[in-house]
Amino acid sequence: MQTTATRVAAVPVTLRDVDRVFGTGDGAHVVLRGIDLDVAAGEVVALLGASGCGKSTLLRLVAGLDRPTGGEVAIDGARVDGIEPRAAVVFQEPRLLPWRTLAENVAFGLPDGAARSTRRSAVAHALDTVGLAPFAAYRPRAVSGGMAQRTALARALVRRPGVLLLDEPFAALDALTRLRMQDLVDDLQRSSGATVLLVTHDVDEALQLADRVVVLAPRADRGAGSGIAHVLDVPGARPRDRADPVLAALRVELLDRLGVPRHRPA
Amino acid sequence: MTVTDPDTEARADPTSPARRPGPRRLGGVRRLGGAVLLGLLVPVLFVLGWQLLATSGEFSPSQLPTPGAVLAALVELVTRGELWQHIGISTQRVLLGFAAGAGSGLVLGGVIGLSRPARALLAPSIQALRAVPSLAWVPLLLLWLGIGETPKITLVAIGAFFPVYTTVSAALAHVDRHLVEVGRAYGRTGVRLFVQVQLPAIAPAALSGLRLGLAQGWLFLVAAELIASSIGLGFLLIDSQNTGRTDILLLAIVLLAVLGKITDGILGLAERRLLRRWN
Repeated sequence: MQTTATRVAAVPVTLRDVDRVFGTGDGAHVVLRGIDLDVAAGEVVALLGASGCGKSTLLRLVAGLDRPTGGEVAIDGARVDGIEPRAAVVFQEPRLLPWRTLAENVAFGLPDGAARSTRRSAVAHALDTVGLAPFAAYRPRAVSGGMAQRTALARALVRRPGVLLLDEPFAALDALTRLRMQDLVDDLQRSSGATVLLVTHDVDEALQLADRVVVLAPRADRGAGSGIAHVLDVPGARPRDRADPVLAALRVELLDRLGVPRHRPA
Repeated sequence: MTVTDPDTEARADPTSPARRPGPRRLGGVRRLGGAVLLGLLVPVLFVLGWQLLATSGEFSPSQLPTPGAVLAALVELVTRGELWQHIGISTQRVLLGFAAGAGSGLVLGGVIGLSRPARALLAPSIQALRAVPSLAWVPLLLLWLGIGETPKITLVAIGAFFPVYTTVSAALAHVDRHLVEVGRAYGRTGVRLFVQVQLPAIAPAALSGLRLGLAQGWLFLVAAELIASSIGLGFLLIDSQNTGRTDILLLAIVLLAVLGKITDGILGLAERRLLRRWN
């Protein structure tokens, strides 16, 4: 297994005064309001927040799976309009096509027009970078949840995306597999140089993987939607030591901002 | 019988070497053979009971001929050269009608399963048409299409259409949304999304719809041939009734069962091969 992904042309992501309101009139439900965010090319930004705060909605706007009701989302200066070819999404569930082998599922991520031989080598390389080369011919039902999610990651990487969008990709995995996946994504990001937007509700995960943590939270005024409540630059170069006391202090601070106060020994 | 022969006792013992299952493959073949034998048990008993009833004197031969008489009728039709004509034309009508009905069922089921406006516009009317009993179409088809092949093939097509249409449209409406979203996220839209995600996702349901459609096609074929035809198995049914040839009548029923089973078996084979990819 080689965890060195091919270098990609990383691109910046810009959100300007982005709103997302579901429904209209009296039934209108404001999810996001006035989101301003600049993600530099090659930067890893974690969108941290409690369940239902709209962080996945925000990611879907960047992916072009959804459209903002106000403001503008741009990738590399160009407005996102429909599915964004420079972005690749990994969802919380692997979402593999059950009738395809792992290799065929990875090939699903390839853009059109590539020659057959380059397609095959790109798929083999992507499977190799996530350590699944020996399982290329397996079907999704025959592999574990962690392997399925690694396949989903390979499907995204094979596009060589300028921006990688991760929507709680480790949330459904067991604790140990989750830590291994975090390290894998960290390695792959550093070797590929891609811009990464990571949606998570896991404070440790955000501190481990991100250059910057953006806390998304509902505004005090109910019905006004979520906004960016806090931005934190995570110190130290990656890969980071999970036992770093600086991270432990930041962890307490972030948890406090998410409404989980610290327990002090009496 | 309470006397036990030590020899047969030993052979009946499942752990004795003679009875121990052989290598895996052999065991599988034996199991398959056992299943086939078990499946044949009821038909064999049925024929035996039929023979007993027919020779009991309760029924006249014109009411219930013996199995042997039905076999003789088969030989008679073969030597007269009529049998293949009847079988050939009926099979042709079913296959043509099935192709037309299942094809349009796939297309219309696809359109209605994928497009909400199309569903709102067309689904209620199609459901209403579906409620019309099959025989109700026959006079109209004869009036509009004459007495040639077209009305019969059309009736078979009507029969094959509905099961295919219903299963395809319902299955498409219930394709895992997550998979469809992955397809969109990875740039698939329109026909490519359909061919690469939705169609494979509904393939198992669509195949069972096709099998139902084929069975219904045979049903409607008999309806068509009973009423207006001069050749075919349905004609053979009504003609033998009119001429008092109950042996031929029973033969026609057996032939319909055999043909239906064969065509269904071919589709079933295709279904099994396809489903192997799913599991």
